[in-house]
Amino acid sequence: MTLLEQFQLWLATMWPEWAAYVTPAIVGVVIVIAFALCMVIVFIYFERRLLGRFQIRLGPNRLGPEGIFQPIATAVKVLLKEDIVPAKGDKWLHWLAPLVVFVPVLMIFAVVPFWEGAIFIDLNVGIVYVVAISSVSAVGIYMAGWASNNKYALISALRMVAQVVSYELPVILSILGVVLMVGSLSMSQIVAAQTIPFILLQPLGFIIFFLGAVAEMNRSPFDLLEADSEIVAGFHTEYSGMKFAMFYLGEYCHALAYSCIIATLFLGGWRGPLLPPFLWLLIKVVAVFFVIVWIRATLPRLRVDQLMSFAWKCLLPMAVINLFVVAAEVLWLPESLPWIMVVVNFAFAGALILLWSKLFTLGGGRVEV
Amino acid sequence: MKFERYGIGIAKGMALTFKHLFRPPITVQYPEEKLVVSRRIRGNELVWYPDRCTGCATCAKSCPQGNIEIVTHVGDENNYVVDKFEVDTGRCMFCGLCVESCPYEALAMGLSYERAQYRRGQLVLSKEELRLSDVRQPSGYARPKIEATLPEQSLLVNWDREKGGQKLSLVPLSKKRGRGV
Repeated sequence: MTLLEQFQLWLATMWPEWAAYVTPAIVGVVIVIAFALCMVIVFIYFERRLLGRFQIRLGPNRLGPEGIFQPIATAVKVLLKEDIVPAKGDKWLHWLAPLVVFVPVLMIFAVVPFWEGAIFIDLNVGIVYVVAISSVSAVGIYMAGWASNNKYALISALRMVAQVVSYELPVILSILGVVLMVGSLSMSQIVAAQTIPFILLQPLGFIIFFLGAVAEMNRSPFDLLEADSEIVAGFHTEYSGMKFAMFYLGEYCHALAYSCIIATLFLGGWRGPLLPPFLWLLIKVVAVFFVIVWIRATLPRLRVDQLMSFAWKCLLPMAVINLFVVAAEVLWLPESLPWIMVVVNFAFAGALILLWSKLFTLGGGRVEV
Repeated sequence: MKFERYGIGIAKGMALTFKHLFRPPITVQYPEEKLVVSRRIRGNELVWYPDRCTGCATCAKSCPQGNIEIVTHVGDENNYVVDKFEVDTGRCMFCGLCVESCPYEALAMGLSYERAQYRRGQLVLSKEELRLSDVRQPSGYARPKIEATLPEQSLLVNWDREKGGQKLSLVPLSKKRGRGV
């Protein structure tokens, strides 16, 4: 039983039924959205400073101590900007698209377990809900690209749809490996089952899920849809002001949400010694985001065909094989010996990665199509 | 086994960027920290030495833009007395021809480089404003004697943050925010 349900039962003893039903929902929504937005602001600051340090610069450090008020200044600046709608664009879609991008991403946080029982709603199909709802923002980006009546925006939107559809498959298949081990789709069950973090039990699944998640949140090196050297700013070329801020927020919210999901699925969620559980989750989320920024600071952007061949020829077969191996291990290995599984899976992941990098290095390291 | 073709390049790149986290940033935080400029910088505006100037107006003739305006009258000892020496620095392109052409070294290029003004009229400098002062120091451009006294330029590659970038011993730039600094 989650904390909110207990709150509801406690309220029902003195309030009318409808009030006891509505109040916990509102409280939960406010807490979750406050968490998401505060963390997003922290993330924006964190990424800018961290990216600066990766590039031997300082990053924003003028406003407030060490520049911590810079995201607020940026937000105010963006809010005060003029809101421009293209003359021949589809005004309603243009207005609706940022919402369709932003809202589903916020909805992911409904099933993120913060600690024991502290989850907005403990869906029994939690991880399926995450996969389903996070794909909706792809529709929003396509709407933005279409409504802008701009060729670059449309190219970017088409690229994004192709990318998200391609990377969805390996992501889901690597989630299935986790689900097989837990025997449940519920997020709190997944956390409860991780006496050993699943990153150790299935490293290959973690790598595939991580890369797929980075591709789905459209971050570097998979940020083809806003490749500024090719297609200006991509789908938000024609956006400014508040609507642009929604896309920007949505992007970071997506990164935060997927960091939470990765921390929950593979790093043991809120489980950890000594420190309070919520702090453990935060540490893991920030660690995942650090790696995402690190990748962004290092790797150059992929070409479109490389992106697609990476998804379909590399991640997808590896995810399928990983799923079969995990299924066989769950079926035949005794549950009392998880460390055998760790060793076997690490060896297996190494062998598979070597094999696939061999397949991809035809022609002297050039990725063949 | 050669690992060059097995994705080891990605690992190498990641290790490289990770090392960058522990390097000191190369950013010069401008208003607080300043690099020492070249000794022969054709910097801010001009420095005019009224005691050396004979009012011959060679500088005015050599200026391609005609920025320098000199008005003189004949004094008691049959010399020129400079009534007006005005430079419209808004149109100056820092070619340095006036400094090179001056026969008495009465003009020098400036050493400072912060010359933003709020009004266009402030860019026209009168002869009082052009004199040598704390904030208006000569650079070594076409003036080897001055050049020898100036500190060496601090290049970014051998700039030491601990010693501080502020090496302009003649002008405490960060303290004095006067005109032309």
